[in-house]
Amino acid sequence: MAKMKGAIVVNTERCKGCELCAVACPLDLIRLADKMVNRRGYRYVEQVNSDACTGCTSCAIVCPDGCITVYRKKVE
Amino acid sequence: MENIISPENIVYEKPTLLNDADMHYCPGCSHGVVHKLIAEVIEEMGMTEKAVGISPVGCAVFAYKYIDIDWQEAAHGRAPAIASAIKRLWPDRLVFTYQGDGDLACIGTAETIHALNRGENIAIIFINNAIYGMTGGQMAPTTLMGMKTATCPYGRQADLHGYPLKITEIAAQLEGTCYVTRQSVHSVAAIRKAKRAIRQAFENSVNRRGSSLVEIVSTCSSGWKKTPVEANKWMEEHMFDFYHVGDLKNNQD
Repeated sequence: MAKMKGAIVVNTERCKGCELCAVACPLDLIRLADKMVNRRGYRYVEQVNSDACTGCTSCAIVCPDGCITVYRKKVE
Repeated sequence: MENIISPENIVYEKPTLLNDADMHYCPGCSHGVVHKLIAEVIEEMGMTEKAVGISPVGCAVFAYKYIDIDWQEAAHGRAPAIASAIKRLWPDRLVFTYQGDGDLACIGTAETIHALNRGENIAIIFINNAIYGMTGGQMAPTTLMGMKTATCPYGRQADLHGYPLKITEIAAQLEGTCYVTRQSVHSVAAIRKAKRAIRQAFENSVNRRGSSLVEIVSTCSSGWKKTPVEANKWMEEHMFDFYHVGDLKNNQD
């Protein structure tokens, strides 16, 4: 059966680490990156267990700074 | 994974009207979400060349730096007056103001009420976070009863500070308004509804149906001294009891 596979790309320089995306993700796949900050001194988020992402776009919709680009593809 | 990340598979990205300038808002600020919705709606309506925004005084004072359309900065609270003039002189434009509660519900109350009452063909986006965010979290006219701020550290009391002002309920009573609604942007579902409301308000301005007011009940995590996630939760638990979300008026004639 065809399945939706998703992927996200976080603009880490724009991210402020508010973690609203982490709360919005229904599969709990987003968290703050460990001990990493961007040039503005903010911690930023990263995806964990990226194979499970379905590309539902919830994270990107709630992101106040528009940091997340979502990709989705049907795979057999 | 690599073959998924390819331009033809993009299902969501930052609207192109929202430029790459770093937004000065605090992490998790509702302003960012609303900016994004405005950029998306204007793009989808094909009004990029014909939209004029009026930016306020307050946190959103730099709104003109982030959304690539025509903007006019207004004196504190005077955005609806400037919007009225622009729309009258340039009737085919989509004219909207973007104001916070300090700008709209305090210093600009007169301009707001009279512009709405005259039925100017403008849309007003009203960000209500119940506090003066930019100046450091002082009490605003919209601050809830009992809510602690920098200038009412023991909580807002009726005998000392009066009662919170429901400007959106007042606007719904005015003959000139055609669409008055209260929305929020704390969840995916709420954001989708808020986007439809902004679209409706902007279409009313373009089609000259009268004034529209879209209140967005928002968070101010810095002013409320909470994390963005806690602020959203606090808003759901406290703000919505007083500021009921939904359409207050919708005349489509």
